[in-house]
Amino acid sequence: MNKAKQLFAGLILMASGLGTVQADYTLNLMKGVTKVSNDIYDLHMLILWICVVIGVGVFGAMFYSIYHHRKSKGHQAAQFHENTTVEIIWTIIPTLILVAMAIPATKTMLELSDVEKSDMTIQVTGRQWYWDYKYLDSDIHFESHLDEASERVHRTVGADPRSVPHYLLNVDKPLVIPVKKKVRFVLTSVDVIHSWWVPDLGWKKDANPGFINEAWTSVDKAGTYRGQCTELCGRDHAFMPIVVIALEQPEYDAWVKKTLEQQKQKPDLSDQSREQLMAHGESVYLKNCVGCHQINGAGVPGLIPALTGSKIATGKWESLDGFLRAGTAKMPSFSKLDGKEYAELMTYVRNNLGNKVGDELQPKQTALPDDDD
Amino acid sequence: MSAVVDEHDHHADDHHDHGPEKGLLRWITTTNHKDIGTLYLLFALVMFFVGGSMAMVIRAELFEPGLQFVDPAFFNSMTTMHALVMVFGAVMPAFVGLANWQIPLMIGAADMALPRMNNMSFWMLVAGVLLLASTLFMEGGAPNGGWTLYPPLVLQPITVGKALPFAVFSVHLLGISSIMGAINIIATIFNMRAPAMKMMDMPLFVWTWLITAFLLIAVMPVFAGAVTMLLTDKFFHTSFFNAAGGGDPVLYQHIFWFFGHPEVYIMILPTFGVASTIIPVFARKPLFGYASMVWATASIAFLSFIVWAHHMFTVGMPVAGELYFMYATMIIAVPTGVKVFNWTATMWKGAMTFETPMLFSIAFVVLFTMGGFTGLMMAIAPADFQYHDTYFIVAHFHYTLVPASIFILMAAGYFWLPKWTGHMYNEKVGQLHFWLSAISVNILFFPQHFLGLAGMPRRIPDYAVQFADWNMISSIGGFIFGASQLLFLYIVIDTIRGGTGEKVSDEVWEDASKHGLEWTLPSPVPYHTWTIPPTSVPTEHVLDSH
Repeated sequence: MNKAKQLFAGLILMASGLGTVQADYTLNLMKGVTKVSNDIYDLHMLILWICVVIGVGVFGAMFYSIYHHRKSKGHQAAQFHENTTVEIIWTIIPTLILVAMAIPATKTMLELSDVEKSDMTIQVTGRQWYWDYKYLDSDIHFESHLDEASERVHRTVGADPRSVPHYLLNVDKPLVIPVKKKVRFVLTSVDVIHSWWVPDLGWKKDANPGFINEAWTSVDKAGTYRGQCTELCGRDHAFMPIVVIALEQPEYDAWVKKTLEQQKQKPDLSDQSREQLMAHGESVYLKNCVGCHQINGAGVPGLIPALTGSKIATGKWESLDGFLRAGTAKMPSFSKLDGKEYAELMTYVRNNLGNKVGDELQPKQTALPDDDD
Repeated sequence: MSAVVDEHDHHADDHHDHGPEKGLLRWITTTNHKDIGTLYLLFALVMFFVGGSMAMVIRAELFEPGLQFVDPAFFNSMTTMHALVMVFGAVMPAFVGLANWQIPLMIGAADMALPRMNNMSFWMLVAGVLLLASTLFMEGGAPNGGWTLYPPLVLQPITVGKALPFAVFSVHLLGISSIMGAINIIATIFNMRAPAMKMMDMPLFVWTWLITAFLLIAVMPVFAGAVTMLLTDKFFHTSFFNAAGGGDPVLYQHIFWFFGHPEVYIMILPTFGVASTIIPVFARKPLFGYASMVWATASIAFLSFIVWAHHMFTVGMPVAGELYFMYATMIIAVPTGVKVFNWTATMWKGAMTFETPMLFSIAFVVLFTMGGFTGLMMAIAPADFQYHDTYFIVAHFHYTLVPASIFILMAAGYFWLPKWTGHMYNEKVGQLHFWLSAISVNILFFPQHFLGLAGMPRRIPDYAVQFADWNMISSIGGFIFGASQLLFLYIVIDTIRGGTGEKVSDEVWEDASKHGLEWTLPSPVPYHTWTIPPTSVPTEHVLDSH
């Protein structure tokens, strides 16, 4: 029990000293990079110290008593069992401490929930198992998936996570926001409940299917901030990280311009070699299919059908194509993929994961007339 | 006191009247509160090891980052089942077992008020837990959407296979079992007390169980209702929790936590009762602040009904709701503080000895208080926007459950086993069990505070490498803690089979008969007790209130 107390004191000491030395090895809450996150940090430290002081007092009295008032030292038991004055005191003092604590907490709570007067709005949509970001003031819209390196390692027994930089905390396309602007988020989901959390911003907020939640941030310092989904959302809950990059205004403007241009580009429907199709197909598979159908295409017995040997996957490519575009009760529609991605994905699924159909689909075959939007 | 001792002769005679049936049938058909108490306690012990082995699977997978042993869906099944088994299979039944054994002994009643229903509650519990456990062997696996069973996840065909209806019916059975147990306890306490025992003479354990029983009756139907709505949403196309049909997934969370928050007090209030029973015996002093203990318990029970949404601060409530639930939650610290202060004051200027039950009780007071501190931290709503659904909360509730509820159950075992069996447990092994448990439980759970604050979400089978060191330390603590509990199993078996061979006195512990009626009975307790109620009861803990 003494040990527990020491550890608690250790938390305080290490948080103030070591925490800053070893950036990747924090013991205490992060201060974060927004005013709200700093206020929350202050609340956290205040209540922590209050607890430490009360703890030292109560445990101190208890251990004094345990040491001195023991039978083996010949201490005679007193027989008192009530003292109204003391009982009133130790009811009123905690109440006053709580009132004092509630005042700054209320202030921060009000600040945290004030989404008025924002400079821009981003819609965050949770999906199994990635995030979808839509900038409501411009036409920017993209998905943000776990990076491929982490994806491969976390699905392989015995693979070394330390070989991947920012293992499980890296994405293919990070969310980019300008610094010192009030960014409002509207959060929702299309499947199950997710929760969007970047510790440096100071809060998390649930993304509920069919409902919209609001939150906001205003980042003080340019930098890269990482977080994760924090509401259990199925088997790959651990694998839908969040990366936010805060840029100075000029860089942000340049990023917006570049991203809009890229979005306008039409998919390249030129023919590819078999190797190219397979390699690109693997990337498409890792982003869109692997969460359910697994890295080897085996699926999950009783829940998710295997792709290996599947009649749909290895049958006529046209029916596979139609199946993917339509979706089922269990599987969402993949009409969001373009013709190029269809060719790559289908070629990969039909000729890997234990399948050997032997065909080779080219983007021109699989593209729909309106695929260039 | 002397009047009580006179009863001995009668009870010794009763023993010869009608003993238990022989063989297996005794245990299936028994209506004796002691037999049913034993069944509950042994069942809970088995479930403690079942739930514990699931925790070992979790800690093994989390020992290092990366994928080692289990598939993420199975990992999620393990966290879900670990919680359900520990809550509904281990902790709650263990306290019902203690209630069965102790309440009649402590209030001078011959048995529980409704003995046949008592038998039925136990066997329904077994049926409920078996139904739940059967899902482990089903195609698609056991439920893996978390013990809270949040929709839409738990309704998703790609997440939960065939398990949902089994889990739902299991909850129904467990609920009926708990409600019947609660009715029985209330009826017993109200109607079967020795005429000499007024309400404010009742031992704290009886008081806390009385209040807990009312909580059970109030909230188990709510949980049953919530899971029934899941069932109809899944199979009969209702839309309670489906936005597309006009429902709301967050509605489920409100209903669940309206059950869930009182539920956590269902697991802690009897804990308070046992601690308030054990500490005075080993401090050789009356319990400090008996009346305030009773009122604090009642206030905590009342508050438990009006704070539920503090489990949902980040779900997107209006700010007025956030503030209300924050204030209401903070108030709980006051009666809880009163309890901790009272236990400390009970020890103050006592003549303490430190047998195993006392050691576990002191560890409970200290470590439960730590869990209380983190609870207070999380009551601060804006700060909870950081703590919520991280390992910080995992550390918090495990501090309030493992070194609190579980430690007190251990303490109760050491405290009353000699009385029940007539045999003394091996004090050396008991002390070893205590120190191993108390040290390893902190190695197990304390680092989880750091992990949560550093940003590790809960319910994940794999994590970023900066969380590796504390996870490994936590897992090592977990393995030591798990292994140490085998010592408890050994002690229980050993004590039942004769223990140290030393014949224990009727009091077992020095002057224990001042503190409770059960210590005035012979050791081991005869099969039938208090067929004639005691004419006087220990009142030293309430002297001034008379």
